[in-house]
Order: sequence, then structure tokens, then C-alpha cells
Amino acid sequence: MIKLVQTLLSSISVGSLYALIALGYTMVYGTLKFINFAHASIFMLGAWFSAIIAAALLANGVTGIPAIVLSILIVMVICTTLGFVIERLAYRPLRDAPRLNVLITAIGVALLIENVAALNDVKIPGTQTTIHGFGTQPGKMPELLANADLFSIPLGSGTVVVDKVDALILGLSICLMIVLEFIIYNTRLGAAMRAASHDARTAALMGIPVDRTISITFIIGTSLAAAAGFLYVMKYPSINPPVAVTWGLLGLKAFVAAVVGGIGNVRGAVVGGLLIGILEQAGAAYLSPHFRDVYVFALLIFVLLVRPTGIFGSTAVEKV
Amino acid sequence: MALLEIRNLNVHYGAIHALQGINVTVEQGKIVTLLGANGAGKSTTLRAISGLLRQVKGDILYQGRSLFGRPPHDIVRDGIAQVPEGRGIFPDLSVLENLNLGAYIRSDKKGIEEDRERALTLFPRIRERLQQKAGTLSGGEQQMLATARALLARPKLLLLDEPSLGLAPQIVLTIFRIIREINETGTTILLVEQNAHMALQAAHYAYVLECGRITMHDDAKALAESDAVKKAYLGG
Repeated sequence: MIKLVQTLLSSISVGSLYALIALGYTMVYGTLKFINFAHASIFMLGAWFSAIIAAALLANGVTGIPAIVLSILIVMVICTTLGFVIERLAYRPLRDAPRLNVLITAIGVALLIENVAALNDVKIPGTQTTIHGFGTQPGKMPELLANADLFSIPLGSGTVVVDKVDALILGLSICLMIVLEFIIYNTRLGAAMRAASHDARTAALMGIPVDRTISITFIIGTSLAAAAGFLYVMKYPSINPPVAVTWGLLGLKAFVAAVVGGIGNVRGAVVGGLLIGILEQAGAAYLSPHFRDVYVFALLIFVLLVRPTGIFGSTAVEKV
Repeated sequence: MALLEIRNLNVHYGAIHALQGINVTVEQGKIVTLLGANGAGKSTTLRAISGLLRQVKGDILYQGRSLFGRPPHDIVRDGIAQVPEGRGIFPDLSVLENLNLGAYIRSDKKGIEEDRERALTLFPRIRERLQQKAGTLSGGEQQMLATARALLARPKLLLLDEPSLGLAPQIVLTIFRIIREINETGTTILLVEQNAHMALQAAHYAYVLECGRITMHDDAKALAESDAVKKAYLGG
């Protein structure tokens, strides 16, 4: 019983991380109709920047809740700015190009980010400027929250422990998702985003600046990946080097979450993320921890066989 | 000065020369119709006006200024709204959200409210369905919604692409009655149609488009009487 509740708790925590990343994939797919392979790289940058900023804050005597709030805000601003630049330079010029071109560009962007991030200090010839990369060694997220238990509930013969970090992950993810839900379903911008994602040409006929709307959608997705990066290193403080395959694998699993939920569907991404979290954690707890990735991809195969549009995906019906 | 003047418009889709130098003039306050069969270039003309096409030559003057090179959303701001072919309803958005998107370029809440009331009075069937998803509407209701939505942009020039397509005769009559009502309130209309009979009844002036060229143009009444049009488009 305790094991069940504890597994469920960690499932929700891990699941909301997947959901945050999956939202970015699904939003970009919804408007730009391509899979942004560089999304996992943004997540990786979010994780690394979090560690650097948190360390800098701690060194300046900022601790506790202010440090958490500040780091997450700064990380989101940095990654969002990067997302804006990427969209502007790499994807926007390809608006009318075949989707395959954009897909390949996304892979290129991912490789570029990874490899620049993996640089050590590089002097730019002829100047005093040095680029500091994250290098090829693992990093460490300083402890912002003393990794204590938030509370423990006695249950039967033992106790269920709720970790502060898990509570933070859950709380922040829910907040971000509520904000996103509000933007998409209750604002003029959200209506424009949904319109542009359904039919960009008709959206333009409504006077919607489609290019700008798409850019905004893109950078919202990016900011969520940054937040996920922060929460991830809060939970798992040893950070893999930028070129490690773990980032790609995490991104891929979040992408599976988006597909399982129905790619292009925002609510689907959240449900898919949670589902993946539960499957992975329950599989690791009850079957074998060695196959945690296998469960996820088995679910993908199952969904693609049974319901290829995903849980919330629908095949569009055209009326004449 | 004409509200809209298309001068020697040429459009290429790859190797296909879709419009081969057409000239069309739309006078302020009139209903002008562009008749022609499938593939004659009617929708292409409207797309060119709305700024949706890249490979265009010639010129399109609106209130004396060229529309070329301007993004579509900017052209809407200038007062040209289009109800596109196939109506362009967003099926996953509610009817009300669809309507409000029509007023996307405006921020005068009170004016929008008034115009929405006016549009819903023109189309009472839409009012009953405001909270429904637009995809659940019938074809006729979708046409009404699309037209009402375009009116919310408070256009000076309304472009209608085959409003009668696929609709029951009774609904076509209603739509054309409303098109005339809209025109009587001062909105200039450029109407693209295959249904020459209805279009010539409603319009003041008409152009016939065949394979990318204007082959005839005259007052709508005169054109309706001409033998060539009778034979080709009016079944007699």
C-alpha cells in the first residue's frame, strides 16, 4: 500500500516534468507542423543555466524561496530569448518551405546548441571575449531546498513521505499549466493561436498577424521547457554533460507523451505526460527498473496501433 | 475614383498561368460580381487582393494605393474582409469565438458589441448556437457565420467567394437577400460566383472570367440579357 502511494507520488512528479516538455512539442507541432528536435536541447540549457544561476545567487547570499523564484525566472527569460532568436533565424525563413526542410533544420539547431554548450572556454581570436561553455564534465545543481520531507503521513504500518522538491514540481507545473490553459482558451491571443494552428491562411484573413502569433506560440513552448529543466535539476542535482544522450532520450519520451495524448492537443500533452510518468515509475517499481524506457516506447507502439491520433487527437471532418 | 482597381493582374502557379492580365474595377457602394466556371481564376483573384499570393504581377489599387507587398493582416486592417472559399470556419472554436476573431483587428469594445448585435440580427440562426463548436453547424449556418464574422471587421470592401456553394436553394435565397442588405448599409461587395443566375440578380456590374481572362463585362442586367451569357451560364 505504501509502495503504491509512494510510486503514485513519484509518477505524478516525473509525469508533470514530461508534461511540461511535451507541451512545447505539441504547441510547435500544432502551429508549425513539424517536430522541433531542438526542444530537448532547450530543456538541457534550462537545466544547465539553472545550476549556474542558482550557484551565482547562493554566492551572493540569496537563498531559499527567493533563490528559487529568481533562478526560475532568469532561466525562463534566458531560454525564451534563445527560443525567439532560434525561431527568428532558423525557422521563420522556412515558413513556406517543405516541412522536411524545417525538420532537418531543427536537427541542425539541436546539434549546434549541444556542441556550443559543450565547449570549454573559447577565446574569440583578436578580442578579449571568451565564451564559457558548460564543458563535457557533469555538473551539479546546488541545493536550493534542503532536501527535506515536506510532510509524512502515517499509513498502515509505515509512512508516506512527500518530498519538498516533488511538491515544488507539482505545484509549479500546475500553475504553469493553468496559466497556459487560460492563455489558450480565454484570451484573444489564445484564440488567434488556435486559429493560426488550424488554418494559417484563413487566420490571416481575420487580420491575425500569423507570423508573430506563431513566434509567440513557439517561445511559450520554449519557456515551459526551461521551467522543466529547472525542476529536473532540482529533483536530480547531478547534471549530465550537454552532449549526453540522456537529454535526447528525455526529450524523446516527452515527445512520446505528446503523441500519446494526441500531437497538437494541449490537454493531451498533459495527460500523456502523466501517463508516461505513471507507466515508467510503476514499471520500475513493480516490474524491473532496467526497462523503464521500454515501457514508454511500448506504450507508443500500442497507441500507434490502436489509436494513431492519440487519446485526444481527432481526425478532422470537413463539412461541405 | 474606384474603391478597388485591378490592373493587368497576372498570377502564375508554377507553370500554370492562372490569371492572364485581368482588369476589374469595383466602384464604391456597388455589388460587383465575377462569374466563371471552376478553375477560371475567380478565387485566385480574391486571394491576390487579400495578399495571400506571392507570384503576382500588374497592380491592385485600393483607394488609390497599391496593395502589393503588404501582409494579409494589414490589408484586413485597411478594410478589406474576405469570406474565403469553403467558408474558413475554425471548427474547434466556438461560434462566438469564431465571430470575435472577425473583430480581431479592432479594440473598440462597444463598437464590436454593436456590430455583433447587428450581425446576429441579420443571422438569427447563429445567435441560437453561439456556444456550440463551429464544426457542428450545417453548411448553410457555417456560411452565415463566416459572413457575419467578416462583417465584424467592419469592412469597406467585402470579398465573398462562392457563398452559394453546396447550399440548398432556400438558403441560397436567404444568403443573397442578406448580401443585398449588407450592400444597402454601404459596404461595397466583390462577389465571386458560379451561380450566375443569382449573382446577376444581386449585382450592379458583372465580369465573366474564362481561363484566366476577362471575356465580357457589362452592367449585370445587360449581361443577363446577352445571348452568350444566357447560353453559357443561364442554361438557355
